[in-house]
Amino acid sequence: MELFLQQVLNGLTLGGIYGLIALGLTLVYGIMSVPNFAHGAFYMVGAFAAFLLTTRLGFGYWSAMVVAALCTALLAVLSERLVFYPLRNAPELSPMIAAIGLMLFLEAGAQAIWGADFHHMSGPWSGVLNIGGIVAPIQRLLIIGGAFGLMLALELFLHHTAPGSTILAVAQNREGAALMGIDPHRVEMLTYAISGALAAVAAALYAPINLVYPAMGQLVILKAFVIIILGGMGSVRGAIIGGLIIGLAESFGAFYVSSDYEDLIAFALLIVILSLRPQGLFATKLRTS
Amino acid sequence: MLDIDNLGISFGGLAAVNAVTTQIEAGRVNAIIGPNGAGKTTFFNLISGVLRPGTGRILLRGEEVTGLRADQMARRGVARTFQTTTLFERATVLDNLIVGHRLHTRTNLWDVLLRTRRCRADERACREKAREVLDFVGLAHVEARPAAGITQEERKRVAIALALATEPALLLLDEPAGGLNPEETDALGALIRKLAKHDITICLVEHKMQMIMNLADKILVLDHGEKIAEGTPAEIRANQAVIDAYLGSDHAELH
Amino acid sequence: MTYARRLAWPAVLALGIVLPLALHNDYLLTVMSTAFIFALATIGMNLLTGYTGQFNLAHGGFFAVGAYTVGVLTVDHLWPFWLAFGAAGLVAIVLGLAIGPLSLRLRGNYFAIFTLCVGYIMFLVIEKWDSVTHGVVGIIGIPSPPAIGPVSFDSPRALYYLTLAFLALGMWLMQRIVNSLVGYTFIAVRNSEPLAQALGINLMVTKVSAFLISVCYASFAGGLYAGAVRFLGPDLAAIDHTFDMTMYMVVGGVGTLAGPLIGALAVPWVTENLQFLQNYRFVVFGPLLIALLIFVPNGLVGLWQAIWARRAARAERSAQASRTVSGEPHA
Repeated sequence: MELFLQQVLNGLTLGGIYGLIALGLTLVYGIMSVPNFAHGAFYMVGAFAAFLLTTRLGFGYWSAMVVAALCTALLAVLSERLVFYPLRNAPELSPMIAAIGLMLFLEAGAQAIWGADFHHMSGPWSGVLNIGGIVAPIQRLLIIGGAFGLMLALELFLHHTAPGSTILAVAQNREGAALMGIDPHRVEMLTYAISGALAAVAAALYAPINLVYPAMGQLVILKAFVIIILGGMGSVRGAIIGGLIIGLAESFGAFYVSSDYEDLIAFALLIVILSLRPQGLFATKLRTS
Repeated sequence: MLDIDNLGISFGGLAAVNAVTTQIEAGRVNAIIGPNGAGKTTFFNLISGVLRPGTGRILLRGEEVTGLRADQMARRGVARTFQTTTLFERATVLDNLIVGHRLHTRTNLWDVLLRTRRCRADERACREKAREVLDFVGLAHVEARPAAGITQEERKRVAIALALATEPALLLLDEPAGGLNPEETDALGALIRKLAKHDITICLVEHKMQMIMNLADKILVLDHGEKIAEGTPAEIRANQAVIDAYLGSDHAELH
Repeated sequence: MTYARRLAWPAVLALGIVLPLALHNDYLLTVMSTAFIFALATIGMNLLTGYTGQFNLAHGGFFAVGAYTVGVLTVDHLWPFWLAFGAAGLVAIVLGLAIGPLSLRLRGNYFAIFTLCVGYIMFLVIEKWDSVTHGVVGIIGIPSPPAIGPVSFDSPRALYYLTLAFLALGMWLMQRIVNSLVGYTFIAVRNSEPLAQALGINLMVTKVSAFLISVCYASFAGGLYAGAVRFLGPDLAAIDHTFDMTMYMVVGGVGTLAGPLIGALAVPWVTENLQFLQNYRFVVFGPLLIALLIFVPNGLVGLWQAIWARRAARAERSAQASRTVSGEPHA
């Protein structure tokens, strides 16, 4: 029983991280219909920022997380202005290619500056709690609390604040929102900023139990894509639920099936689901292209 | 030509087209009109195979074709144009039309790689057909021009030529006169009459009342996805339900 | 077709044939051979992406599959090289039939994402399936293609000619395909799927055909790579190579015949001359690609075509002005 609950804990941890990353991705997709392949690179940049702030500049963990989030948000907005906005009217292929170019640029840049090595970043409180026989490393509890708390905060932000509702409006109907006086471009930049910040927070939360290295975003971004396809591109709830599903599936799969191929679980799920339902599990609004 | 029985489709609980029963009459110019949002394009998409009906049946010359895909409908002689036609801008107008006849060819990859007789014959046939339809719509003189270099009005005729190249029995035209000035609209009307004279059944969706009244043999009026009237232009002009439907929305007057 | 255009391709080929006689540099010949191999793969990718409009991010994965097929069969099972080479094509078709119809049901964005995942799966499998692929260790000691008659292929110059021959063949076949009804069908699908369907084109059959041809090119190119470079590692299946090829297409001109070839030869040449860039080439290529997409979206070939089109339009306008116009007003 304890082993089962242990896997649940691990699954929740992963689910929290994946959910945060998928959220950023799905927000951007909902607004611009562009799969931002560079999102994993934002995640990586967030991790490096937090890492450098804590190890080289003596920041505390939490302040480093905030600053890293701001830096990544800025990077995301720059990407929107310099890459995605100019390509908004180009054929569908162009922004996809550009996103990959951006991703590889950021990865190569990180590698050029800091090398390809793995770095370790420590969390605020090391140590472990023992809850009824389950080993609960504090960092994991932090992740679960932080991630789900942030997701809740985002939901509230989107549905109960003015700026949040502009995002929902533009995602639903761009022209309609513009007619109501909402500036779609500003909303796009805001959305990118939020997505970058979410990625950075996820990275900072996860880094202490993972490693920091230039290619760290690659696998994670693929899983994030699997999640938003399953949950529905542009659906916030879908990203959160999808993240949980994948996190739990991986955790249980790694333990009960095989840990060597655990990364394949997400993709196997994707293949199975897309074979049965090409539009994803929860198809959201119909987009006319 | 086309027997439509109780056709319907819903999106998210809302019936876009609801229990429409009508016939598209062979050899005639049929028209579908209705206020904005009446479901005309959805209806079009249903009978051309772009959308799968939720209810009802469609029979093409007696043959059951309900739920067939657009390419299957095309192969059975139902061609359609779209409100905007995407052409390969960098290629010539003629080159753009060649693929229109493809559905009647059987050339496959091996034929192409080995340059068999079938491949060469099919290419010749497609090219000749392209010239033929381009001439039919009166644009033989632009055949060598890049598709990017023709006017809006010429583009519309090219779209019709493309549909013609499939050798259809029934041609569905989706707002062919959209964005054309009165002169161009008249010229288009003449082209449509010419098509009808060549034994092609026409069914068009249009907003331009005068054009429809002068052109159509039979008119179907839709409102909120339902059939509210059908008949000759004279009958429709006098039909109270139709007048009400149009006066209820801001639209062009019935002449 | 004017004489100039008719002679263009044979002239380029002649140049390629003559080059090693002028260049007595084995290293450069090897670089060119590798460039030819990737050019072949890029031409294949262009058929699916440029002509049919589907962005297959697993293309590099198929390249690696072809290479590994040859590597595993020749090294572990002692198959003759050319038999293994043929098998590479077969494996591509089988894999393509498994993945193609499944993935091509998905709309553009989804297809790209799906193939990105498929490509990653291919990488993971190659890396972890130690018993077959030797895992991280890779495959070494792949034999070079055996001699065909008196011609042996173990010198850089001979390899150069071998890869050039395959590239020429690949180009020639591609030219046939693209200018045929089959090619026109691909283009129709790229321009507008609803319109193509309305013309009686079966979208799935068309897309799968393009997919299969495309991955065959990748796989055969991979097989050549195995015979030329003679050692393989899982990194061959990483996204880097797919991206390199995408870069070549965009630089040269997506959806043109000469574009991928020009890109695949020009870009490595530039990289070669800027040696320090090698491992960090994306620091330059990333922004460069983005700039190209924004400012020169049709690549070098597109630029060339645009210049010619403008000249032709200008010529026609002046010809019209001096002609008596009867009747029809022109735009």
